[in-house]
Amino acid sequence: MNGYTCVVCVKQVPDTKKVTGQAMKADGTINRAALPAIFNPEDKNALEAALSVKERYGGRVVAIAMGLPAATAVLREALACGADEAVLVTDRKAAGSDTLATSYILSQAVKKFNPDLVFCGRQAIDGDTAQTGPQIGEKLDCAVVTYLEKLDLDGNVAIATRDIGTGVETCRAKLPALFTVTEKFGELRPYEMRRVMKYKNAAPTILDCAAIGCEDDRCGFAGSPTSVNKIESVVLAGGEFKEVAATDEGIGGLVAELIKDHTIG
Amino acid sequence: MKNIQGEVWVFAEQEEGKLSDVPFELLGKARELASKLGVKVGAVLMGSGVEALAKPLFEAGADVVHMIDDPALKVYRNKAYRHAMVELVKEVNPQIVIFGATHMGRDIAPSVASALRCGLTADCTDLQIGDYEDKKTKETFTNVLHQIRPAFGGNIIATIVNARNWPQMATVREGVMKPLAREEGRKGELVKHSAHLDGVEIPVEVVEIVRKVSSVNLKGSRIIVCGGAGVGSKENFRLLHDLAGVLGGAVGGSRAAVDLGYCEHERQIGQTGVTVRPALMISCGVSGAVQHLAGMQDSAKIIAINTDKDAPIFKVAHYGIVGDLNVVIPKLIKAIRAKGE
Repeated sequence: MNGYTCVVCVKQVPDTKKVTGQAMKADGTINRAALPAIFNPEDKNALEAALSVKERYGGRVVAIAMGLPAATAVLREALACGADEAVLVTDRKAAGSDTLATSYILSQAVKKFNPDLVFCGRQAIDGDTAQTGPQIGEKLDCAVVTYLEKLDLDGNVAIATRDIGTGVETCRAKLPALFTVTEKFGELRPYEMRRVMKYKNAAPTILDCAAIGCEDDRCGFAGSPTSVNKIESVVLAGGEFKEVAATDEGIGGLVAELIKDHTIG
Repeated sequence: MKNIQGEVWVFAEQEEGKLSDVPFELLGKARELASKLGVKVGAVLMGSGVEALAKPLFEAGADVVHMIDDPALKVYRNKAYRHAMVELVKEVNPQIVIFGATHMGRDIAPSVASALRCGLTADCTDLQIGDYEDKKTKETFTNVLHQIRPAFGGNIIATIVNARNWPQMATVREGVMKPLAREEGRKGELVKHSAHLDGVEIPVEVVEIVRKVSSVNLKGSRIIVCGGAGVGSKENFRLLHDLAGVLGGAVGGSRAAVDLGYCEHERQIGQTGVTVRPALMISCGVSGAVQHLAGMQDSAKIIAINTDKDAPIFKVAHYGIVGDLNVVIPKLIKAIRAKGE
């Protein structure tokens, strides 16, 4: 066996941490154009997981992104960090895909590479659903290991440590396997300057839905059972408000009030 | 298949024979939804040797407990649980299935939805029954599940529907729904099902689980002192512990405070942390990012301490103190001690 074939799914996302007044339109929806587009943070951890497998056991790393041609930026970043191949799945038919359709399209792309290991970030910061990873795994019908923190390989078995919320689990998963990776796995290694220069204008392999054998009615709006009924901007509750002076008297009065209404004491 | 007589289901997450808190919270909501629809509430109990757990589920609001008891389900594993759940959904055909948005829930729910090719909405903060009009086709759907969740880093609230491919599935954040008062002696129907796992290969073997011994119990605390980036340092955070100490409360932190290393991750309050609704929340040096407010704005009383009088946290606070927390907190401690005597 000549090392492991790793596929890592990466996403370009609007930086939701930078949402400010200007990023909200008058109708309460988001003006995506006003937000910087970034490499989804946990997909960087997923890329690190794939690169560490290649480094320790040999093999190659294929980075796959789905999205508009602008997503090429994150694929170039992946190449600069050490990915061997970059693939962009882009197609109008994919527009409006919810997690079910997205996972279908990505799973079709992943299958083309017949990987031993598939890595996804746990979740993307624009949706925070954490659904696409496990759903790709279900469609590949392979072992699914979520919340990966640590990984070793022993032949065709992965020894994985994962966060289960109430503790930490160690499991043995038979390859092929899909992992969703959290920030606890470790930060993405820095770019190699040499590779940054080499790949700064690199064009990824472009695949459309037909090229990966997708059925049209499982892509985009047609393949997405969920629909958005309503979007509202967040309105802060704002009830009764009392300003308390930062003095001994002010604070003493506040404490007396809280004791009187049995909140404390 | 749409089954308008279908039950409203709750996935009754358990580990080591102990139910977690979240199914009890979900059963409260499921009862409300089911009574609007005029259908039964079902709880799905999976594991090995878990029959005794049916009783507390009935007492918490389940009419039916669908139990799959199988040695292969002793420890949670994606493939085994997914497969058993998918078969069960096909057999009984519920109209709604709700999971806790826990690590386990966020592992099984998308897998099941993928296998059934139905929709799933993650991390809901509310669920309601309502109508929906598809604006493109002009079709109207009555009595569908409105799945309400924060999106885009908590900056918007989206209502999602899944009008066609049933069952309608959602995960719900922990601590958001209120459990019903336990009704002692409440009975229901226990239905035993097969896991249908004969001949199914499970590619994962669990070797070891090390349980976290958590010293932090934010959800169970009546009083929480919460710090943000404005606390300024890990040393200053000790002041918050002192204040929590005199009040018998717990200490939490905003995402910023956790990211800065001022407090541990398990103390994080907000959309990506724990949702809390204590009797008293004392918020110190927290600016009030929407994603944080989503996890604490239902607190009965909120006191905000911040040097910036325009901080958004004051918009949800009941009492606001504009000032330096290093001055204000010692004064608070002093005042509380004085009244206690």
